[in-house]
This record gives sequence, C-alpha cells and structure tokens, in this order.
Amino acid sequence: MRQIGPRFAAIAAIFVTLAACGGSAAPTVATDVGISSTEILLGNTNALSGPAAAYGTISNASNAYYTYVNGQGGINGRKITYKILDDGYVPANTVTLTKQLVEQDKVFAIFGGLGTQDQTSVRDYMNAQKVPQIFVYTGATTWGLDYSKYSYTIGWIPSYQAESHLYAQDILKNHASAQIGVLYQNDDYGQDYLKGLKDGLGSSASLIKDSESYDVTAASVGSQVATLKAKGVDTLFLFSTPKFTVQALVAVSKLNWDSVNIYVNSVSNPKTTIGAAKTAGAALKNVTSVAYLKDPTDPQWANDAGMKLYKTIIANCSTCDANNGFNISGVAAAWTLVDVLKKAGSNLTRRNVMDIAATQLSETDNPFVLPGVVVKTSSTDHFPISQMQEETWNGAGWTLQGTLIDTRGTIK
Amino acid sequence: MLQRIRAAPPRYWLVVIAVLFFAGFPTVISSFQAAQWANALILVIAIMGLNILVGYSGQLSLGHGAFMALGAYTSAILAHRYKMDYLLTVPIAGLLTGLVGFLFGVPALRLSALYLALATFALAVVTPSLIKRPVALTNGVNGIILLPPDPPQFAKDAFSAVTGTVMTSEQWTYYVTFAWALLLFWLAWNLVRHRSGRAMRALRDGEVAAAASGVNIAGYKMLAFGISALYAGIAGSLFGMSSGFVSPDSFPVGLSIQLLVGAVIGGLASIPGPLAGGIFAYFLPIESNQWVPAQTWIPTQIASTVEKAGPAVTYGAILILIMIFAPNGIVGLVTSGYERLRRRLRGAADRETGQAPPDPQTV
Amino acid sequence: MQGVLQQVFSGLASGGIFASLALALVLIYNAMGLVNFAQGEMAMFATFIAVTLMDRGLNYWIAFPVTLVIAFAGGVAIQRIVIRPVERAPVLTLVIVTLGLTALINGLAGFIWGYLPRAFPSPFPSRTISVLGAYVSYQDLGVIAVCGVVLLVIYLLLQRTTVGLTMRAAAHNPEASRLMGVRVSWMLALGWGLASAVGAVSGIMVAPILFLEPNMMQTVIIYAFAAAVLGGIESPVGAVVGGLIVGVTVNLAGAYVPYVGGDLELAVALAIIVAVLVLKPNGLFGRPSVRRV
Repeated sequence: MRQIGPRFAAIAAIFVTLAACGGSAAPTVATDVGISSTEILLGNTNALSGPAAAYGTISNASNAYYTYVNGQGGINGRKITYKILDDGYVPANTVTLTKQLVEQDKVFAIFGGLGTQDQTSVRDYMNAQKVPQIFVYTGATTWGLDYSKYSYTIGWIPSYQAESHLYAQDILKNHASAQIGVLYQNDDYGQDYLKGLKDGLGSSASLIKDSESYDVTAASVGSQVATLKAKGVDTLFLFSTPKFTVQALVAVSKLNWDSVNIYVNSVSNPKTTIGAAKTAGAALKNVTSVAYLKDPTDPQWANDAGMKLYKTIIANCSTCDANNGFNISGVAAAWTLVDVLKKAGSNLTRRNVMDIAATQLSETDNPFVLPGVVVKTSSTDHFPISQMQEETWNGAGWTLQGTLIDTRGTIK
Repeated sequence: MLQRIRAAPPRYWLVVIAVLFFAGFPTVISSFQAAQWANALILVIAIMGLNILVGYSGQLSLGHGAFMALGAYTSAILAHRYKMDYLLTVPIAGLLTGLVGFLFGVPALRLSALYLALATFALAVVTPSLIKRPVALTNGVNGIILLPPDPPQFAKDAFSAVTGTVMTSEQWTYYVTFAWALLLFWLAWNLVRHRSGRAMRALRDGEVAAAASGVNIAGYKMLAFGISALYAGIAGSLFGMSSGFVSPDSFPVGLSIQLLVGAVIGGLASIPGPLAGGIFAYFLPIESNQWVPAQTWIPTQIASTVEKAGPAVTYGAILILIMIFAPNGIVGLVTSGYERLRRRLRGAADRETGQAPPDPQTV
Repeated sequence: MQGVLQQVFSGLASGGIFASLALALVLIYNAMGLVNFAQGEMAMFATFIAVTLMDRGLNYWIAFPVTLVIAFAGGVAIQRIVIRPVERAPVLTLVIVTLGLTALINGLAGFIWGYLPRAFPSPFPSRTISVLGAYVSYQDLGVIAVCGVVLLVIYLLLQRTTVGLTMRAAAHNPEASRLMGVRVSWMLALGWGLASAVGAVSGIMVAPILFLEPNMMQTVIIYAFAAAVLGGIESPVGAVVGGLIVGVTVNLAGAYVPYVGGDLELAVALAIIVAVLVLKPNGLFGRPSVRRV
C-alpha cells in the first residue's frame, strides 16, 4: 500500500493538472511527500521499550485519536496513517529510524517524537531535509526558543522552564522568606526545571538553600531527601520523574517532615501517581502543582463533554489506560495537529503546515486542556501552550486554585 | 602468479567475494540503507575487537559499550572543540581507547570470567552517568552535535561515475567505515594466525598449561584487552560520525549487550563470525518488531500480539532460542552444515584427513 | 551528627533492599556457579503476580504464599525449559541466556501490566520511630527483619536437611553426585525454584518502597551484585552484611563526598565491586577457592 502511495499521488496530480488545463473550476491542490488523495502519512519515534517505556503509551493515544478522525471521514477525505517506531530512548536509534521514516517510508512529517536527547539528535537532519518535526514531546526550552534557526521543529507541551517561572512567581508573592530545597533528576529535564526556577526567582535566587541531584539509574532518593531536610529546607521542589516523585513524597513522611511545603512538577502530578504515594503512606500536606490538561481521574470533569469525548477516543486503543494522564496529553496534541492540517486545507505543503503550527496557531476549542487555555503561536512566540493553573492536593485529588496564569514571554 | 591464485584456498575466495559485495552494495541501495549498513559495519568492527578478547583470549566483557563511548567522545570533542578533521580523529580515538583498555586489563587480570562479566556489566550501566559529570568536556546531557561529513571530491566523482547520482554523506560514511573494517579485519586475521594469536588461544584453553609453555599470561591478557578496546574505540568514533550526535543516552547498557550478543550469535573464535553477528545484532532489534507484523503468513492474532508486546520480548525470545539451538552461532551452523555436506559427497574415506573441527567455545 | 545518622539509617534501609535480592543471587550461584542476570526481573514479575492476585480480591496473607509457590514453579519451569538445554555450555552462553531472559521478562511485564509505577501494600505500618533524633520507618526495619528470616530458612535448608546437602553436592561435584544416584539436573531446578521464591520475597518487600513497575529492579540488581561480591558470592550471610554495607556506603558517599553527589551513587557500587574483586576476590565471608589444573 505504502509503495503505491506516491504513484497514486502522481496520478492524482496529473488528473488535477489536466483538470486545471481543461479550465474547470477545481482548485489546484498543493501537496508534498507523504500526502496522497486518500492518505496523510505521519511518523513517530517513541520509547516503547527501555527505561522510558512509560511514555510509549502517548503515541498509541495519539493514534487512537487518528483512528477516531479516520472513522469520521478523515481530513478532507484523507485518512491519517501514523507509523510508530520504537527507539528505546536511545538517540542513535532515533537517528536511524527517523531516516527510515523520512527516506524509506516517505512520511509527510514526524509528530510527537519523544525525548530531548533523542529529538535533538535528529533536529539538524529534519531541518536540512525540510521535514516537519512537529509537536515534539519534550518540554526543553530550545524547541520554542530556537525556531528562527530550526524552522521545521516545534514543541507542544509547556516548557519546563515556563512552569518553574510560575512556581517562582508563587514563591515571591506568597512565601517570600521560603528556604528552598530542590530535588532534581540530573538530565536536561531536571536541569531545565532548576534553571527556570533560578531565573524566575531572579535576584531572590539565594532563597534556594540546597539542590540535590539523582541519576535516573538511582535505586531510591531517600538519601537526597534526608540531606535536604538536614539543610533546614522548608519548601521542597520535586523536579523528578513520576517514580522518584512518589518515592520522595513517601520519604518526606518517613522523616516526619510533614511541615514542609512541596511543589510537584506537572509531569509527575497525575492523580494515579500521587495516589500511589498516598497509598504508600505519604502524608501529602501542603502539596502544590500546576495543570494545563484535564485529569481523567478528576471527578469534576466526569460530565464534561471533552472528557466524554476523550473516553470515546481512547477506547480505540486497546493497550491504553484511560486514567493515565499521559494518554490525554497524547490525544490533546493530536487534536492540535488535526486542527493544523484542517487549517492548511488544500495547501498541504510541509512549509505551510509548519507556518501554521509555529506562527499562526490560535486554538480555543481543544476539549482536553483546561477551560481557557489557548494553544497559540505567533510570529514572535513559538511555545504553543504557556497557560497553566496552580492546584493543591486536597487529600483525595487536585483542587484548581485561582485563575489561569500566562507565562508567555517569560523565557528569553 | 596464476598458479598461486589458483592454489589459494577457498576461504580467500570468500573474502574476495565479500569485499567486492560490500564495496558495490551502496551503489544499488538507497542512501538510508547505506546508513543502516554503515551502522551494522560499525558494530562488526566493535564485535571483531570483542571477539579477540572473548573468543581468543577467553575473557568476558559486558562493558564494551563504555569503550565505544570513550572513542566517540574523544573524536567528538576533538572535532567539535578543536575543529580537527573528523577522519583524523578516528585513529586518535582508537589509540587512546586502546591505551585505556590496556590499563583496564590490569585489574581484569585477577578476575575470573564470571566476575569480570559482573564488573564490566556494572561499568556499562554506569557509563551514561559518568559521561554526564564532566560537563565542561562532554557538554553533559545536551550532547555534542556533529556536522554530517562532506564526501571529498574524488569520492564524489567516483561514485557519480558508477551510479550517476550524487554521493550523500551517509554513503561516504559507509565507505569510511568499510575501509576501517577492512583494515581491522586484516589486522585481526594476521593477529590470530601468528604468535600472539596462538599465545592467546593457549591462554584461553588453560592458563596453567600456557604459563608452563612460557606464555607471558599477564602481558597477553592486557594486550588482548588493549587491542579489543582499540577496535571498540574506532567503532565508537565511527558511530559518532554516522549518528551525527553523541550524548550519554547513546551508550546505554543495551549497547554493550548488543555487542556481546553479536559476538556470540556470529560465532566466537571465528574470523567471519563478527561479520554475521554484527549484521544480525544490528538488524534484529530494529527490524524484529517491524518484520513480524508485516508477514502475512503469520496469523494476525499472533502478529498483533507480538507487535503490542514490544521488541524486548521478541529480542529476548530470539536470543534464548539461538543459544539453545545454535550455541556456536551462525558460523558454527554453517560450518557444521558444510562439513556434513562434504562428508556425504566425498564419503567416509576423507574423514581422517578432514580439517580440524572449529574451535570449541571455552570461556 | 544527626544528619549522618539519618543517612546511615536511610542507607540501611536501601541496604535491606539490596540484601534481599543478593540472597537470591547467592542461591543460584550455590546451585550452579552462575550469576543470574535475570534475577531482578524474575522478582519483579513475581511481585506483579502478587498484585494481580490481590486485585482479584485475595487477602495479602494468602496472596503472599500463593505467589511464592507460583514463583517457585516458575523458577523450576525456567530451569527446565530454558536453562537445561544449555546447562553444560560455557559460562558465556549461560550469561547470554539470562540476559535474554531479562529482556523477555521485562518486556512481558510491560506488555501485561503497563509501565506506570503503582503502590504495593506493605505488611508493616508506615509509621516511623525516632532514634537519637533520626527517623527509621517500620517498613525499612521490616525489610531487614525479613532478610534475616529468609537467611535463617536458607541456612537451615542448606545445612540441616538432606535436600540441602544433596543440592550442595550436586553443585560442587556434579559427576560424583550423578554416580551416587543424585538427579543433578533436578537439583539445579530446585535451586532455581528456591532462588525464584526468595527473589519473590525480595520483590514483595521492596515494592512498597520502590514502587512496582517493570524497571523496578533494573539498577537494584547492580547494587545486589555489589552486595553479593562484597559478602563473598557463595555466602548467604555475606549477602546480607554486604547489602547493608553497600547501602550505607553509597548513601554516605552520595551525601558527603563532594564530587560523587547523589547522581554518581551507582558508580560507587561499581567501585565497590572492582575494589573487592581486585583486593579480596573472595569477599568478606567467602572461602578461598582452589584453582583446578
């Protein structure tokens, strides 16, 4: 089928040209590699195995939405085919598989590739080939910041640094004398969060009394948490991945350290994760985080139309757990992409799709993000999501606090 | 001259055929496939080195990915920071890694095969975190981006004369890798057939006996480690060139295991083994999951289960099956098949003049 | 001082985790002179079985022994199906088979149960007690205590029963044992079954602390290697003592040695392995082995 694809496109193009020559009113359709009259071919690399396999489900969730869209007739009659390949979170594999998708499978774009190191490893290649590397699934700042240099690459999830800026604002406003301690994963993810917090605190960065790192290969983070407590910290930031966040939350209670204020990053805050900490005996007093998506386990969305739609969509994926917060983000990002493709209409070229995604986006109706969040880009801003809302743990779930906060423009 | 060529044993002809095949291959496959085969050849180089250590000197290493990382970072730092021509950095990376490997052989002297496996396995697991630490040197988790190599004019001319297309950097990388593979293959062949090779094999088959015959045990063990690391260092350097990016996550423990798996699947203590093993070890994990669902003869129920279960399951299962049914690897299978065929063709009379059986695996 | 004490306690807690897995490694080593790289994954898989049983409504104290029986049977099955065909092959072949098992079991667990970390109930209360201003939790103490119990059971089994004696004989001198009428291969299967059951205990004890997911044991196994090597790989007592020492050393190094820091803890374990193997290859409790010519 895939072999026939380009030939189909060629024949279709000839017909269209003939029709145009004949002077009929049919509009000329501009297309690119990976687009046929019946199909839009997208590729993806994700960690379906290996240390980051927990994120692998995101691609399957996106695919569930494409299946749903295809069931509704596709995009202007074209059905989306989404080819997901496993890179095991190893950049060298990402390079080979990405070349395969671009040169052999001839995809139109690569959507939702996972991992900062992995996606960095192919960014030069994708831009040299002029193939969209669209809505990569990593919150490193570089995706939005370096758009002028890499105009075929764009992120989707809020940048880690922007999120930290929001925490910094909260500290400066409500806890100006906090003694801050940070537990962070020693990789781009943890380091970006830490940098964002320091930048956000600005002249008050000295409030950070201590920062302790752990490696992703660590068995547990009990030692680091004990060190932070011993340094007299009263406000604890957990810039850790879900597993270590849960461990740290439990470790806090094991140290009888329940007076501490805890900030949990948005990657680790799905209710299933915090719930695991609760089951294991974490006290979870004074825990704050931020959200930009609707949590599928939150009862306040039980009758929400968007959540009902999500449940319908995710049923298309037999391996996906509907309650997993990663899955709703995969569906939400896919929703944005479908919006972009619809907006491109008959001008389905790679450049036009990138222009829309990175500079003209203004999506107000994504049903899976929090009410009021606008997925938006402009000629000067290339961070699609920058609005988030603080939330606090109420013992059984998250309670949204205050209003949406926009971090747009905080990152330079 | 003609006489000599005619008298050459068949294995020389096999080598000539293989060389011609690999030299001509990229002119008929796509640039992307050339990149894949370059990666496979890189694994072949590393596995040739590992084979010298494991197959010929009997020491077990589960940490050769760490040596590859050292080679890759040496080249990347020299090329990126000191603006050195990448091709020049390859031998430097190889020599430096070889030296480190030689010194690594000192503690290894005291360890039994199993303990050495444990220690090198731990080394392989720690490698990514060790790379992250000296940020000023390695650029930490951000890794180092390398420019795709530009083929020189003579290569471009030759390639377009043959194929009529412009040579890509992937195709150039393939030929650079191929040239290194040839050189190192020649080196390994000579090594194992001469004095040092015999000494290493004697060491593997019995240290006490070897020492009694005057083999310098410590010296040869360290030499085996050094040479094997040299191969891994060159492979690592070429790995950086073909990926265009080196970062801590590029050298996970899985890479070291992939190398050992390749060495064993190909067939230990055999010269063609690493070639077969490298190609197999490279394509098995990336193709296993793409291949099964594409086969129409496999019932869809099974195929879709395999696809959902993920590549780790397929990979693990294939590995175990090979170990059970072909413990001497691909080369072992081919040789025993060939021997059986020959015996049947020539009858039993030839039996006692037949070639010695392939080296048994003794580790 | 209080800080140091807290690090020591927290190190003992992780040490208990390492020790419990190291015990299973030691058992296999005693049965067939092999280090089982898949031990951690087998323990993780057994723990998932326990959680599935409990999800089906089984009480913890029923699910626990049932899991041990299943794990035992699983260990025997793995030995019969996968290990037996290669049991006379060189060490290298065996090592690769166990590495293949590691990949296979890890992938299967991810396929069946997913990769999200989940909580696992603990039989011990989550409360803590204060000792000289530092805190210890009952859970951590419980893990160490269970290690002690397992150790005692292993000791009694290996040293005080005929089965144990036969097992040791089969491992030490398979040929002679065979002549004496011992079914050597079945003794190896028994060893695998026991190690698998001990691994299951380890998994069930550590899952409440590390949280259950397919990669739960992936780095714990390295620390367990360090523990077993430090203690002397044949010695069950050594495994427990080694585990506790490794746990404390790693924590103290992470907290107080400047360049190491929290993120090079695993490198400390590597350093321990190398140092022990080079300086004292038989570990703290191992007997020196005589090289056979």
